[in-house]
Amino acid sequence: MSDSKSIASGKGSHEPEHDYATGLATIAADKVADPGLEPHRVRMTDKSVKHEKAAARQVAALFLASVVGSIFSIYAYFAFPLSDDLGTVRNNTLFMGLGITLGLFGIGIGAVHWAKTLMPDAEVAEERHQTRGSEEVRARAVEIIKLADSESGFSRRKLIRRSLYGALALFPIPAIFFFGDLGPNPKDTLRHTMWKAGTRLTKDPSGLPIKASDVTLGSVFHVIPEGLSELEHHKLEEKAKAAVLLVRLDPSELKESAERKSWSYDGIVAYSKICTHVGCPVALYEQHTHHLLCPCHQSTFDVTDECKVVFGPASRPLPQLPIAVDAEGYLIAQSDFTEPVGPSFWER
Amino acid sequence: MSTAVNTQKKGGFLAGTANYLDERVGVAGILKEFGRKIFPDHWSFMLGEVALYSFFVLLLSGTFLTFFFQPAMTPVIYDGVYGPLKGAEMSIAYASTLDISFEVRGGLLMRQVHHWAALLFVAAAGLHMLRVFFTGAFRKPREINWVVGFMLFVLGMAAGFTGYSLPDDLLSGNGLRIIDGMIKGLPVIGAYTSSLLFGGEFPGEQIVARLYGLHILLVPALILIFIVIHLFMVVIHKHTHYSGPGRKDTNVVGYPLMPVYVAKAGGFFFIVFGVIMLIAATFTINPVWNYGGYDPSPVSAGTQPDWYIGFLDGALRLAPSHLEVTAGGVTWAWNILLPMLVGVGFLAVVALYPFLEAWVTGDKREHHVLDRPRNAPTRTAIGAAGVTFYAALWAGASTDLIATNFLLSLNNVLVSIQILLIVAPIIAYIITKRVCLSLQRKDREIALHGRESGRIIRMPHGEYIEVHEPLDAFEQYKLVDFKDYQPTLARPNAQGKITVRARLRAGLSRFYFEDRIAPVTQGELDAAHHDHAPAVTEAPKKKAVTAAKKPAAKKPAAKKPAAKK
Repeated sequence: MSDSKSIASGKGSHEPEHDYATGLATIAADKVADPGLEPHRVRMTDKSVKHEKAAARQVAALFLASVVGSIFSIYAYFAFPLSDDLGTVRNNTLFMGLGITLGLFGIGIGAVHWAKTLMPDAEVAEERHQTRGSEEVRARAVEIIKLADSESGFSRRKLIRRSLYGALALFPIPAIFFFGDLGPNPKDTLRHTMWKAGTRLTKDPSGLPIKASDVTLGSVFHVIPEGLSELEHHKLEEKAKAAVLLVRLDPSELKESAERKSWSYDGIVAYSKICTHVGCPVALYEQHTHHLLCPCHQSTFDVTDECKVVFGPASRPLPQLPIAVDAEGYLIAQSDFTEPVGPSFWER
Repeated sequence: MSTAVNTQKKGGFLAGTANYLDERVGVAGILKEFGRKIFPDHWSFMLGEVALYSFFVLLLSGTFLTFFFQPAMTPVIYDGVYGPLKGAEMSIAYASTLDISFEVRGGLLMRQVHHWAALLFVAAAGLHMLRVFFTGAFRKPREINWVVGFMLFVLGMAAGFTGYSLPDDLLSGNGLRIIDGMIKGLPVIGAYTSSLLFGGEFPGEQIVARLYGLHILLVPALILIFIVIHLFMVVIHKHTHYSGPGRKDTNVVGYPLMPVYVAKAGGFFFIVFGVIMLIAATFTINPVWNYGGYDPSPVSAGTQPDWYIGFLDGALRLAPSHLEVTAGGVTWAWNILLPMLVGVGFLAVVALYPFLEAWVTGDKREHHVLDRPRNAPTRTAIGAAGVTFYAALWAGASTDLIATNFLLSLNNVLVSIQILLIVAPIIAYIITKRVCLSLQRKDREIALHGRESGRIIRMPHGEYIEVHEPLDAFEQYKLVDFKDYQPTLARPNAQGKITVRARLRAGLSRFYFEDRIAPVTQGELDAAHHDHAPAVTEAPKKKAVTAAKKPAAKKPAAKKPAAKK
């Protein structure tokens, strides 16, 4: 083995056990000798003309099948046009796809079959060279570097070198500023939503106002602020902050802290629908446990207990929207949320 | 190498072309250098090829899609052929995706080809990485190429995620919402970064066009550059080969590029393309028309990311409750930061593993012969632990589906996976290592005493023994040709001190190589043969060629017929 040879050259002695010349890998001195490449096994196509001819015919047949497939896919393009009937999409996709598949498989399998049956299959060994250059090459490389250094004076001329470093370090900085206009400074948009004192709670997506008397015990409403659907701009941005879930519970089941007593109306509570984890809509309401569940990461909030986190990766309760009823009996907001909705951020 | 010259003599069109090219681009020299380059053959070398060819398919199908897709988020009222969404307000991006699916012949096919090819690209790249890891192909001189390959894997995920987000449907919009939430959780820069990325508040009207630029230009260009570097290094190093008779660190055994590999690899491109086309023609993927356009309020239960993002989403889900800390007026969102650190940390370990192992073994030789996984038990066990860790994170992304499909409590599923994330890799490590060592012992047994034939014979004095068929020299060599490492001791440096670094290295070396099975030596073989059949110690080498197929130990005449040859 060349390995054991190269190791032996690194160290004079050649003890029967092990040799430590190159790092920690060890090779037994009496390693089993390499018997060399296995003898080539002759294939049927090498031995018999009949098999060889058959293989050649198979390869040609596969290539011809490819031709058929390609033509079929062109035929399918015209034979299966698209219309208002969605079934045509399926046929168009299926038959064009199958035609192209045959066109591709014919070529691919044909070529591989050709290689495996009719091209030589005796393994060949080729020398490998170490990746590192020979000593002369490396010496010459060092020489070139030194020459370049002395000719340019790179090491010698400190002033030039350091000023170049400074210039190179600074030149990409303007690019960072170029990205400044990608978006505005967030300011306090993250702290405010569309909700204001007196904004009616309306159904998502119809925008119809909700009467307190329509909210029966145990029912749940997906709510958006009145006027959201009429917004010309930033409709989705506002919705992404203002979406609310409305639930009516038996008032005796609600555990409300003193300052929030006035935030609910006769057992009706409204909470932000935007998860305090990473912002998915907390859209699943489990009626018998009064839990809200986020379908993205399964954070679970207890509606009876001010939407505190009872399970999952979220940390903060869902913010509560203080609500009341106007003169006509419709539910309205008392104010905006009293804290930022949605995922946490540094300055919150 | 002489094709150009030969054809030139004969004259004609081919010769003329060859001559024209040679005199302008030196094609004869290129052919001489590469035309008969040897490539080793093994099915596992095909995984990287699958990834490469999938990438070509992605370029082709993706270009087709760009002709029809419009990356704009301006709201429009849909008026296409898909009935259920007629009259719905949606973004132009989503509407054009529906148009590609329903109003362009072959459009849905191309969308599905593109999506399936993307999944195959990441899957094949991942499996290729596992093959390289478990066979030790990342060792010197290929450490840097491992990092290049790692970059390709990460870029593949980036390409996948940016592409997944383009149709602006409900599912992908929720994916972006999660990204937005994660970015907002970053210390100091979170809210600003989110605003810059989305051009203001989430979702804004910018993100699809921005991701489109990344998806069709920057990311594929980077992937292409890294593929070129990756393959260039394969040419420099030449391909590795598995250990076996005639295969050495100083040679490469296989078939020549022309004609065998041109036909095999070229044909294989068509096969990979064909498989993708067949799946795309028959299986729906990402039916965005079912989800509707993005709206921040609704979401469907059982949402799942594309599978390759699953391990990161799983990390998010597995974070324990109430990790967030508010102190000094600022918020540390550890429920987001911790999973990010776990994901990034895991990837960093993957990227840096070759350097770690090289430091522990101190092995500075070039390695071109691959390890069988069993012959590097500790590495294989570490790999198995890593795969298990990844699998636990991945399963974490499906806690809800596991719970609903198997009628389990979601809470119990999640807590179990949290525990498994820590415990399962350790168990996997121990089991894998023991299995590897046992397989090595089995190899040793077979190399020394031959294969169990299942034939029981009765000796003249009444003893029953099973006949062992000896191996031929080639099979035997496959079992004994591997490198052996011994743990090192911490040695004092020039000042006579044993540094912490040296201690750590010695400790790791012990961890790697304390349990090991040494390869069978010639001496042991001889001893085994003496034991069984004293007459024929040198036999395996000489007789092997002719006796390879002959069933051994036909006559139970010898005292112990095993290893007669």
